[in-house]
Amino acid sequence: MTTTTADVALMAHLIRRAGFGAGREELEEQVARGYENVVEDLLHPSADSRENLPDDLIRRYHVDQSELRQLDGAGAYWMYQMITTNHPLEEKLALFWHGLFATGYAKLNQARALLNQVDMFKRTGFGSFRDILIELSKDPAMIIWLDNNDNHDGAINENYGRELLELFSMGIGNYTEDDIKEASRAFTGWTLKNAEYMSMRAMKDSIWPYGRIAWHFEYREDDHDTGDKEFLGERGAFGGDEIVDIICRQDATARFICTRLFQFFGADEIDERGEAAIEQMMASYFESDYEIRSVLRTLFNSEYFKGEAARYARVKAPVETVVGAVRMAGSYRQPTLGVNQLASQAFYMGQGLLQPPTVEGWHEGVEWIDSGSLVERVNFAAKELGNPSNPGVRAIVDRLARDGGTAQSAADVVDGCLDLMGPLQVEDSTREAIVEFASQFGDFDLEADESVEAVANVIRLIASSKEYQLA
Amino acid sequence: MVTQNGNHDKTLVVVQLSGGNDTLNTVVPYNDGLYYDYRQTVHVDGDAVHPISDDLAFNPSMGPVKRLWDEGKVAVINGIGYPNPNRSHFRSMDIWHTAMPDEIGREGWLGRATRELDPTGDNVLTAVNFGRGMPRALGVRGVPVASVGNLETYGLFPDVQDEFLRKYALDAFAKMYGGAQGRDAVMDFLGQTGTDALKGADILRTAPAQYQSSIEYAANPIAQSLKSVAQVMLADLGTRVFYTQHGSFDTHSGELVSHAKLWDEVAGGIGDFYDDLREHGRENDAVILVFSEFGRRVKDNGSGTDHGSGGTAFVIGGDVKGGLYGQYPSLAPDMQLEGDLHYNNDFRMTYSTLLERWFHLDSEPIVNGRFEQFDFLPA
Repeated sequence: MTTTTADVALMAHLIRRAGFGAGREELEEQVARGYENVVEDLLHPSADSRENLPDDLIRRYHVDQSELRQLDGAGAYWMYQMITTNHPLEEKLALFWHGLFATGYAKLNQARALLNQVDMFKRTGFGSFRDILIELSKDPAMIIWLDNNDNHDGAINENYGRELLELFSMGIGNYTEDDIKEASRAFTGWTLKNAEYMSMRAMKDSIWPYGRIAWHFEYREDDHDTGDKEFLGERGAFGGDEIVDIICRQDATARFICTRLFQFFGADEIDERGEAAIEQMMASYFESDYEIRSVLRTLFNSEYFKGEAARYARVKAPVETVVGAVRMAGSYRQPTLGVNQLASQAFYMGQGLLQPPTVEGWHEGVEWIDSGSLVERVNFAAKELGNPSNPGVRAIVDRLARDGGTAQSAADVVDGCLDLMGPLQVEDSTREAIVEFASQFGDFDLEADESVEAVANVIRLIASSKEYQLA
Repeated sequence: MVTQNGNHDKTLVVVQLSGGNDTLNTVVPYNDGLYYDYRQTVHVDGDAVHPISDDLAFNPSMGPVKRLWDEGKVAVINGIGYPNPNRSHFRSMDIWHTAMPDEIGREGWLGRATRELDPTGDNVLTAVNFGRGMPRALGVRGVPVASVGNLETYGLFPDVQDEFLRKYALDAFAKMYGGAQGRDAVMDFLGQTGTDALKGADILRTAPAQYQSSIEYAANPIAQSLKSVAQVMLADLGTRVFYTQHGSFDTHSGELVSHAKLWDEVAGGIGDFYDDLREHGRENDAVILVFSEFGRRVKDNGSGTDHGSGGTAFVIGGDVKGGLYGQYPSLAPDMQLEGDLHYNNDFRMTYSTLLERWFHLDSEPIVNGRFEQFDFLPA
């Protein structure tokens, strides 16, 4: 099978969305395997193919990432997993759930509980939306975050019930205030073991040097409201499980979750064709008993996703920017203290892992961009990719020489780099500016060290372009 | 910027003491026997302090602030806090930043103030943060804030050492982002934002070049940040809100040594900053707010102190009416809040005073409520 430029471009698009991007050799291998097979590989991360750095290295090198007492170590640990993973979609999907079910450190003071939640997203994230919502409702970090430990028989706290409907499953306008109250009643008794003590400790954080105590879910029969509830037009002595069942049956839920997945994996803006793709995803949602894997399969295999409209139709999130640049540069290969810096970099760009601003999560799309965050994005990517001693950068130079010979003009080098870094489609003015920049180096002799450095500078410029901000 | 009648912009300079500054060892109740009872180990020497009243004294490291106090330029706000104190650094800092103690707020109070001060967002430098990553206090969607790690190297491609190469790269960046508009909304937005960022960096970089002063700031980060504030302020770039922070004040152990060093740095920086402004005849154009997310436990733990409540804030400036505001919380056992100091004035009173009397803004929508004001600034 011959590999065409279009095949590579399509595969690059898939891997940017369902992962964090890939170098040319890897893309060509994937193209040879076939698009739909690659989609299936991505959708089925298997435990036995885990070849990334073993965790015992982390245990040995990073005390902070092992004990997970503090936010920094926990964020860095997840960053490390995203950078080294062989299962990029599993990580990307966990990042999606983290943004949707946004739970933050500020109120919890429990970094480990947050990472346990992320692990739960990895464990259940491809499965039935019903199972995900049940696990979420039992998740200790979520219980404290949205006060379900204060939701008692006869004295409800609506916080979880409200956000479950508004932000996590159906969206505003599809239920009444009474539905919120009834859902809250059904979740009474879903709490933490020793909840009062745990929440008091979270509030009065002066735990140093005693460490954190692990949190566990507990269902308290004696604090559960067993009476009848009327929820979304149905009546019964519902508990949390039944509420989630009813939620998952709703058209509004299918539309909500498919739209959010579309915007995360497909495109920031929804046009008419995008709307049609969402309808297809909704059909898969119901046909598969709410299985997220099926919904994503439908999206990735849709004509919309493979077509021009979806190409570079998303602004990269800060975490994608960091992970993508580091993976492309090949600059992180073994545990070093630097990974804490990498997590901080995403924070500087506006996305601190495990610290979403509110339960609404991050505002995405163009809202990632302001003058401060753009400077951080550009400086970070430019530094990682402008360094010729990074193996990924060196690989681009070698490939350039292999494909086009060692003697090349400035314009050839620019076009070659744009191709190998994407292929990236750029505006004429962007290309002209980079070619003009590259021309200062004269003609390139890709065997000479100066030229290698000059190519790295061309790559630096491409990494700072407008177009590079998109995925 | 200089207004038509020759006046300069009124600016607010925030100095955040991150980690929870120990109130009792900052404004010391040096004649209260209970202080020495509870602080068997972690107390400052009553002979070395700088008395400001019969009951209270500044920490020995706060000499430069004491000098300004003597000039009547320092308002000490004792017992500042909010109801149901939260002793988590992150949550308590969020509360101070968003002025929302009861729910998780989305907008920062100074971001809102910045939006009111420059509603069209014309000046990309109305608010400038010195440090990496924007504090939530400044975060409001659509309000541009420059976050400056280092004023000397601020801008794009700071890692490129070769001067010419960096210049070429910046020229290319300007062309890439300044290309034709109108084909695609996202591209236009990116182009505009990149152009703004370049412009902001270009303007900011002019500040150190214009600056001349006889003051020599110390080499520590907060003194250097305050020097940068002075440079930008004296360049009259229209900046109204400056944000700086220093720490960590999270003194669970070895407090006496670290707390003294931290206050040496903060007080020295503030003293130098004030003198710098005075040298340029600008000490009446800035008000400095010093705050921390909480105070610390009344009883020490043998080496340091754990997280507490009830803090101290300072407001310092040429126009400030110095003195003691709020009440110093009692150390009597039955007056404590679970071993901590009880707050007696809401931090939003101080915010409201600054917003109304310094910036002449309506404080209610910014701090989410109407609060009594102090008289540390003229009405």
